[in-house]
Parts: sequence; C-alpha cells; structure tokens
Amino acid sequence: MSRVHDMGGRFGDGPVSPEPQGIPQLGQEWQQRALALTLATGALGQWNIDMSRRAREGLAPADYARFTYFEKWIAGLADLLVETGVLSREDLRGDGGEGDESPHTLAARVLKAADVAGVLARGSAADRPSGPAQAFVPGQAVRTRHPADSQLVEGGHTRLPGYAAGALGYVLRCHGTHVLPDSNAHGLGEAPEPLYAVRFKATELWAQTEHPGDEVILDLWQSYLEPA
Amino acid sequence: MPHDHHDHDHPHALLPPDPALRVRALETLLSRKGLVDPAALDEIIDTYQNRIGPRNGAQVVARAWSDPAFRAALLDDATAVVADLGFFGRQGEHIVAVENTPNRHNMVVCTLCSCYPWPLLGIPPGWYKSDAYRSRAVREPRKVLAEFGVSLPAETSVRVWDSTAEVRYLVIPMRPEGTEGMDEAALADLVTRDSMIGTGLAREPGQ
Repeated sequence: MSRVHDMGGRFGDGPVSPEPQGIPQLGQEWQQRALALTLATGALGQWNIDMSRRAREGLAPADYARFTYFEKWIAGLADLLVETGVLSREDLRGDGGEGDESPHTLAARVLKAADVAGVLARGSAADRPSGPAQAFVPGQAVRTRHPADSQLVEGGHTRLPGYAAGALGYVLRCHGTHVLPDSNAHGLGEAPEPLYAVRFKATELWAQTEHPGDEVILDLWQSYLEPA
Repeated sequence: MPHDHHDHDHPHALLPPDPALRVRALETLLSRKGLVDPAALDEIIDTYQNRIGPRNGAQVVARAWSDPAFRAALLDDATAVVADLGFFGRQGEHIVAVENTPNRHNMVVCTLCSCYPWPLLGIPPGWYKSDAYRSRAVREPRKVLAEFGVSLPAETSVRVWDSTAEVRYLVIPMRPEGTEGMDEAALADLVTRDSMIGTGLAREPGQ
C-alpha cells in the first residue's frame, strides 16, 4: 500500500491557486528559518537527501495532511536529528538543561555563513561512475513493477508512484547511473543503477483522459522495470 | 524483509505544537550545541529570498531563443551548458531542458514531494508544493493549465514530467511572435517563472 505523500492522480483536492511571478516570498519568519535550518543541518553530513524525504513522508498520515509545507520539513528534521543520534528525545523535550553544554561532537562541522555559498553551489550529485550494465535502450517497451511498494524495506521509501505501478511505457532516454533512493533512504548503501526517463500514454494510466496524445514521463530506476 | 520501524517513533511530537515556537525551539537547541550558526541561516534565507530566482532560468531561455548553437547544446546536455553560465548546485545537479513546440507542451510536477530546479528558478512557489497541483497535474493537466489561464489547441499534446529522481527539468517555452528584433535582455523579460515550469506561456511583447 502507498503512503500519504504518493498523491499523483488523487481526486478531490480542488483548484490550484496561481501566484505572482518572480521569487516566491516565504512570508513568515518561521518558514524562512525552517528552510534554512533544514539546509544548514544537512551540512552536518549525518543523512542524505533520500533520508530527508523518507523522514517527511514517514510522518503519520494525519500529521502529513494537517501540516503545512514547512511544518512537514521541521517535523521530518526533528525526527531525523533524533534517529541519527545528533539530538536526544530529552533534548527535544527541553530536558537537556542549559548549564552543561560541552561542545557537541559534530560542532566542528557546523556550517558557517562564509561557507554557505560554497555548500549550496557544490550541491550533491546523484550520478555515479559505475553500476549494473544498462539493460534497456531508448524506444524499448518496459513495464513497471506492481505493486509500487519498496522491494527492500516493508513500507519503505521508493520513487515509483502508485499511479504508475504495473504500467506499460517506453524508454525515452537513459540519464546514466544514479543512486537508488529505495536503498539510500534506509542507510542500506547507494546501490546505484541505470536511471531512465520513461514515457507513458495518459490512456495507460487513467480511466478518463483529456486528450489522446497526452503523456506522462517518469524517471525510473532499472530495478523498477522489466521488459514488456 | 526489514520493516520501516520509524513509523512508531515520532520525536517531533516532543516539540511545542505551534510552528513558530517549534522552529524557534529547534533553532535555539541546535545553536546552543554549536550545530547551527544563526548567521549562516540568515545567509541561506538571503540567498533564496533575494538572490537566486527565475531570472537565472530566463537568461538561459532567452539565449536558447537567440542562439541556435546554444539551443542545440542545451537540449543535448543542459547540466554542462547552464553550469557554464554559473547556474549549478543544490537541487540543480542534473538538468534536462525540454522544449515546447506547436505540437508539444511540456509541464513539470513532482507528485511525491516538490523537486524543482533551484539554481535556475529559485525556491518553488506555494502552488507547486500544493496537494492540488501534485495530485492533479499528472491526471488532468489541461484543467490545471486552464486555472493558470492557459488553453492549448487540439493539435498540441501535453507531456507532464513527474520529477521522481534527482533530474530537474527546465521547460523552454515557445518564443512569442513579434520578438524578432529583440536582444537577449529584452527577451528574458518575457520569460516568466511559470512558463519555465510549463504552467504558463512566455509573455507577448508589451503584455
């Protein structure tokens, strides 16, 4: 079964509300701080981006639905800080006390203002020089696995949306060899695999479609696919 | 198969429920332990609220409209081409440019979270992160486009790119009519953020 974040194709969400062009303004200060705290603590090097996504989508469905966007981020961050041992539950509870602060073992890795530009510019590339041989070529027919669930961890992280499970598609291009989120999100290693852009006809995915020529493209790892 | 044990352990509930208090409590705690530097937080906020935004992507599009060799290189390997212009880094490590034509309109979504090409467009607008956009863009893109005031002719098919990996997509909108004599700077002014996500079209001159 899918998790609550896997909402592609869901009915009932109502209209989309466009906003002015330009740089979106986050508005309230806490939203800005939530964004910045998440990025700054990422620089401590205790988790990867797949683990951050797993932490947010692992929120209880009721919390995921009621939390606004940056509330999900901050809740996911708090959970990750405890999971990775950076903070304790007592710390979050406020039981840590303020008098006994010897420097944290990770304090040497703190992101300094002068290093922000460099860290953001460096990013974190997901491609890797080697992995399993490419099994599919552009134009080839493939079918996605069904059900969409992670094959590595029960209820675990995957990037195959439920709406595209068991669907017939066609390889559009290969992006090279990329870290497999299903593994990396659970600390099971990067397990890089060929990654493909795969084209699906809208008629393959939905009972009613708006136009016979419409398509959806997904980026899918080799282990999500079999020849069709 | 191992089970995802995190389901039963949600330490965030130990923080105060109010979002502003929650964020402040966490920032205070992390600062006291020397794990975040408040000045670095200010710097990150300034970067994404004042410096990195859709003007970057608009420069790329305007050059693609003006320079056929640049356009060809961009469609072949956008990551390298935009890096040469100084656009690279977090949430833009792997870029693919997709071009709109009279027969094909491209539109980008991330149904599973909110993946977005930060070095080219900045942080995403609220609607991009909304449940409504994430759920509907893949199933009924034309109804969603109509909510942005965009209506496509019958000969145009829609390709919706669901960014499920670390590849970030930049839509190259069609160059508007009547822009033949315009230079890159003037062209870039016609390129809106939404036109590079695919929920808008480039502005007509004088619009």
